[in-house]
Amino acid sequence: MRPGAFRYLAATSLDEVLENLSELGDEVTLLAGGQSLIPLMNLRLARPEVLVDLNRVPGLAGIDLVDGELRIGAMVRAADVASDPIVTGSLPALARAAAFIGHPQIRNRTTIGGNISHADPSSELPGVLAAFEGSVTLKSLRGERRVGWDEFIVSTFTNSREADELVVDVRFPVRPGWSFAYDEVAPRHGDYPLAGICAGVQISDGIVRGMRLVAVGVSDRPVVLTGVAQFALGRELDAATIKELGKVGREEVSANDDAHASSEYRKWLVGTLINRILGNLVLEQR
Amino acid sequence: MKINGTHDDPVGIRADTRLLDYLRDQQGLRGTKEACGRGECGACTVLIDGRPVLSCITLAVRVDGDVETIEGVTAESAELRRQFAEHGAFQCGFCTPGQIVRGVALLRQGLPADDNALRAAISGNVCRCTGYSGIVSALRAAEENIAMADSGENS
Repeated sequence: MRPGAFRYLAATSLDEVLENLSELGDEVTLLAGGQSLIPLMNLRLARPEVLVDLNRVPGLAGIDLVDGELRIGAMVRAADVASDPIVTGSLPALARAAAFIGHPQIRNRTTIGGNISHADPSSELPGVLAAFEGSVTLKSLRGERRVGWDEFIVSTFTNSREADELVVDVRFPVRPGWSFAYDEVAPRHGDYPLAGICAGVQISDGIVRGMRLVAVGVSDRPVVLTGVAQFALGRELDAATIKELGKVGREEVSANDDAHASSEYRKWLVGTLINRILGNLVLEQR
Repeated sequence: MKINGTHDDPVGIRADTRLLDYLRDQQGLRGTKEACGRGECGACTVLIDGRPVLSCITLAVRVDGDVETIEGVTAESAELRRQFAEHGAFQCGFCTPGQIVRGVALLRQGLPADDNALRAAISGNVCRCTGYSGIVSALRAAEENIAMADSGENS
């Protein structure tokens, strides 16, 4: 259970990382928190040729609100996302979702940039990013670009980063007037969820003006449940409507079958989570 | 890095050396255990800058902070270890060093008042023998006794 040999480069500046990436491209595997990568290396499922360590690179760790967006540096740890007062104050759903990742030891190392780039279909944060219609900032020697979540997260363990690019931050638009929440069902707390839902609603005069629902753990990437949102528009979120929305969600989503849960069970969980989350959001608004 | 308070600059260490192997094989600190070897069980828990992390999925070369192992918290964990024995919080004992190191970090910040929150806080340390009730009650008893001892000293 030890990793195979690799070349290790301990970068100490952003420029150094970008130069390494530009020069070595595909040969480079980036080491952020290492909570998925090192287990894969221990099991020899990953055999990187060159490991560029981002842990000593300054400038990748801030959390701030800029231009109506919460900007979180790629190397911010999940434990800090879960507890930082800026995050808990402006995007509590993101803080709550981060607290579902693994267990405390894992959260102390896992980074938001690494987690989202890893694009694990069962992972919480890509779903939250999708619900907020957030983006990532990619940097290379060629320049900088912003990529929306939909373009960045391609499928299981696959993102659209070019070989010479680095994710430097993750951005969540703050949506005034909206309430967001995240919840999931997992065999045990800290396990990958069988299904998770991030939901956002905008309600005025008791009527739904906007809704965004994203499911994780059911497909190869986060799934936006547009049918549920459409159904909810213009309605009052009373008990009967919420129940109906759960049913719409259960029918809309197509879920994977695997050793952990059947497709039918996952669909049922999606419906139950929609009921639970929307019920709580309505209670909070009262 | 610092290991249990002593400066240590691992010169010439291989990049593929895990912190766990560095501690056990090169420092002779064998209290830190390897069980799953892939970050799932918590037997290899050590503290880096006071935060519990898993040494089996941490490369030694990347560690800059203060590392504390079970050997480094011997005095601090005395009451907790006593309570582990008192409450039957271990059987085979293989997970115990990780449990104690995790417990020390929790006691430093104060245990969560709610038992479910406390169980979530120790969810990264798997024990296949006890069923955790003993571990939870040992942590509670240790916190109470440490607080009593502190107030005794202050009065």
